[in-house]
This record gives sequence, structure tokens and C-alpha cells, in this order.
Amino acid sequence: MIEELIITTRANTRVDPILEIWTWEISVYLFLGGLTAGIMFFGALFIILNRQDQARFVTTQLPLLAPIVLSLGMLMLFLDLERQLWVWRFYTSFQPTSPMSWGSWVLILVYPFSILLILTYLRKGYPFLARYFERIPYGSMLLDLSEQYRRQIAWVSALLAVFLGIYTGILLSAFNARPFWNTALLGPLFLVSGLSTAAAVGVIGGRKTGECHLFTRIDIGLIVLELVIIALLLINLSTGGTIQQKALGHIMGGEYTDIFWYGFILLGLIIPLVMETVCLRLSSTMMIIIPPLLILMGGYLLRDITVEVGQMTSWTQYEQQYNAELIDEIREH
Amino acid sequence: MLRYAMVIDTRTCIGCGDCVVACKTENNIPAGLNRDWIVEATRGTYPDLRSEYRSERCNHCSHATCVYSCPTGASHYWNNSNITVVDPSKCTGCKACIAACPYDARLIMHPGGYVDKCTFCNHRVAEGLDPACVSSCPTQCMHFGLLNDPRSIVSQLLKRRKHKTLLPETGNEPNVYYLT
Repeated sequence: MIEELIITTRANTRVDPILEIWTWEISVYLFLGGLTAGIMFFGALFIILNRQDQARFVTTQLPLLAPIVLSLGMLMLFLDLERQLWVWRFYTSFQPTSPMSWGSWVLILVYPFSILLILTYLRKGYPFLARYFERIPYGSMLLDLSEQYRRQIAWVSALLAVFLGIYTGILLSAFNARPFWNTALLGPLFLVSGLSTAAAVGVIGGRKTGECHLFTRIDIGLIVLELVIIALLLINLSTGGTIQQKALGHIMGGEYTDIFWYGFILLGLIIPLVMETVCLRLSSTMMIIIPPLLILMGGYLLRDITVEVGQMTSWTQYEQQYNAELIDEIREH
Repeated sequence: MLRYAMVIDTRTCIGCGDCVVACKTENNIPAGLNRDWIVEATRGTYPDLRSEYRSERCNHCSHATCVYSCPTGASHYWNNSNITVVDPSKCTGCKACIAACPYDARLIMHPGGYVDKCTFCNHRVAEGLDPACVSSCPTQCMHFGLLNDPRSIVSQLLKRRKHKTLLPETGNEPNVYYLT
């Protein structure tokens, strides 16, 4: 029996007894960041492949959502800061060892490219917006240039999107101090989940242009890939050291078991996967709308569960208060 | 890099908590927050129990993951040493360093919102004094000094006595030693 009890009061707010430093704002940001990455990736991908005609909604109209979703996400990051007036400090230095520093600079790069990506197809996707845009100084020139360099813009956007999508996972996985996060699979998992949520939006928005079948098929592939990565993640944590096995316990019998298995895996991945597979044959509006909504919910749950469980896991195992169970342990042995 | 270390003798520590009070007084730590704390570790099965008192704080790691995770450079090594401090004028309160610390030794300062932690009393160290906790210890079980200097009290104690650090398996290379 080992009991490590803090005998002077240590109740540092949001550090004791478990970390509660990051709450829903961070989960929402990670979700929206992944969604932005996915929207930009698919918009750019079909331009690079020269298959815009197959994905008209996703290449010409959906990218308009990217800067809006990203702005919302960045607002969440801002809300999370304890000292919001100091936010500019992110941009007075670059710290190569800090994923968060990389992320804040990448966001600055992603932003203009998310707008350029809209401009490449603004005249086609949103003719009325294009007319307004042409009236502002250099607007028409900027539209011409964006259309001229469409492929180049698409290439940079696709690369930035992959970086953004994977970084949201690396941000958490780089914390050696939090065993639940400390697995390199979190990066690919968040990237695939982000792509899958964006494909889901493509299914909803592409109902009328006939893209929904294409994106349903893409989404099926992504969900299968996501399930594979989750399986690898579970194997990774369950074969890790004591603290990683203990961390895994939170979703394998612990208090997050139901929400992880029934909420995320079943309702957020497997049920939409089955529905989408069926939907490929018979298309009714309900069957098209429901799976993407479940996928979006699943995408958020994944971030939320990861953020919360990660903070419950630590190297230190202090008792903060009297624990009657330990007395029983002393007697039993 | 200068390596400052604290060496604490668990055989003479009685867990009185004077170090905790000294720290709060010296550094004006608000009520409800603590930069250091005392752990009573009990091992064994009744009646064969052993207990050990440890005064714990930031380990001022040589490989400080909190410093590496800071996106603004607010968390940094002080004066080319392993003393890890936070510059409040650069801290955004993003809390990455709190997540990065395997010892959970960091705290959110109230009401400033910046992240705070043990500084090894670097304002005293700069004047050649010991940290407040070390100076106030009534059993003199705490020692402070430079590991680079083989004649320092900390180097001498570590040479003579059996010792351990907390969670060395994190790879953080902690610099608070416990004599056992």
C-alpha cells in the first residue's frame, strides 16, 4: 500500500484535485479547427484534381464557411485565455518547441488562404457577392489574380489544411505530462475526424448538386479509417506503461465509458456509417441529412472527451483528502 | 547552464509546514493558492508502516517541458540556469505550461490570471541568499546550492547520502532531491 497525502492544504483553483484548465471553449475550437481544415482541404483537392464539376458545391460555395468557422474557433481560443489583453504576445515571438506557437502562426497563414480560396470561385459560386467585391478598390483585380493562380492557391491551401488538421491533435499529444493525450495517433485521428466532419457538411450542402453521393462515399472511407485509428489508439494506450493503462481506464469502465462508446463510437460513427452505406442505394432526404448531423456531433464529442479525460490523467497520484478506502487496504493485506 | 538544486532530508523533516508559510509570506501568495506543499507518504501494511515527509514544489527541471510548451516565451530559464520562471508581461494565460508539468506544480495567479509557480526565490538567490523555505526550516532539513560546484552543500550531501528525485521517468530531469 502506498498513500501519498498532501497534508498542507493545496487546492490551487483548476489544478487540484484534477486539471480543469481547458473547458468547452477548447473542445469547440478543436472541432471548428478540424472542420475548417476539412472544408479547405476538399475545396482545394477538387481544384488540384481538376474535378470541380464533380464537386461544384464543395469547390465553389462551401469554402465561404472556412473563414467564418475559423473566426468562431479563434474566438473560442480567445475566450479561453486568462489574460485576453495579452493575446498579441502570441505574435511577438516564435517558439519552435511549442506546438501552440506553431499553431498560432499557422492560423495567421490559414486565414488569408481561406479567403483566397473563396475568391478563386467567387464569381461562379456567389455571383452577387462577386459583384459587391468588384466594386471595392482592386477587388476585380484580386478576383482575376485568384482565378489565374487557382491551382497554386489550392496547393498551398491543401497543405495548410492538412497542417491545421493534424496540429489540433499534436497540440494535445505533445504533452508528455498527460498520459491520455501522449500518443502520436491523436494527430492523424483529429485530422481524419476533421475531414470527415467537412465531408458531412458536403453531403448536406451537396444535396441538390448530386455531390452528396460522392461525399457519402468519401465519408464512408473516412469513418472506416477513423475507426481503424481509434483501434490503434486503444491498442497503443492499453499496451503502454501503468499511467497510460490507468488513463485508458477512464473510457474502459470509468466514468467516460458510456459517452465514449455509445455517444461517440456508436451514435457518432457506426450508426452514420451503416446509414450512409444504405443511403447509397435508396436516397430519401431523411437518410441523407441524419448521418452527417450524427457525424458532426461525433466529431465534437471526440474533442470534448479527449480534452476532459486528458486533464483527469496525471503522473502524480496524490490524495487530496481523507480516503477511507485506503484504511481498508491497510487492513486487508 | 548553472544547475541550482534543493536537497531535502526526509529523515529530519517533520512536516511542520513552515516552508509553506514562509513561501506564502515571502512571495505574497494570495489565500487559497500554494507554490509548495507537504506530502506524507505512507507505505507498507499495518503494523509494518513507514512514512516519509516531503516538502514539494516545482522541480526546476533541466529538461523543463513547461518552458518548451510556452508559445510566447513567458516561461523561461532564469539567468542561464535551470531556475524556471514566468514573465507575467508575456503570459497570455493559455495554460499550456500547466498541462505540460508532470508535477502539477503550476497555478493560475488570482486575480492577475497569469501562471505562477515556485521561483526558487530567484530574487533572493540573486543576492546570494537561500530561498525563503530553506531559510525558515526549523529542523534545517532543507539545503540549497549549485550542483556545478562540487564543494557546495548540495553536491556534498548528494555524494554522501542515498537520495532520489520524484518521477525521474518523466524525462524532465528534476532538480529537487530527497535524502532517504
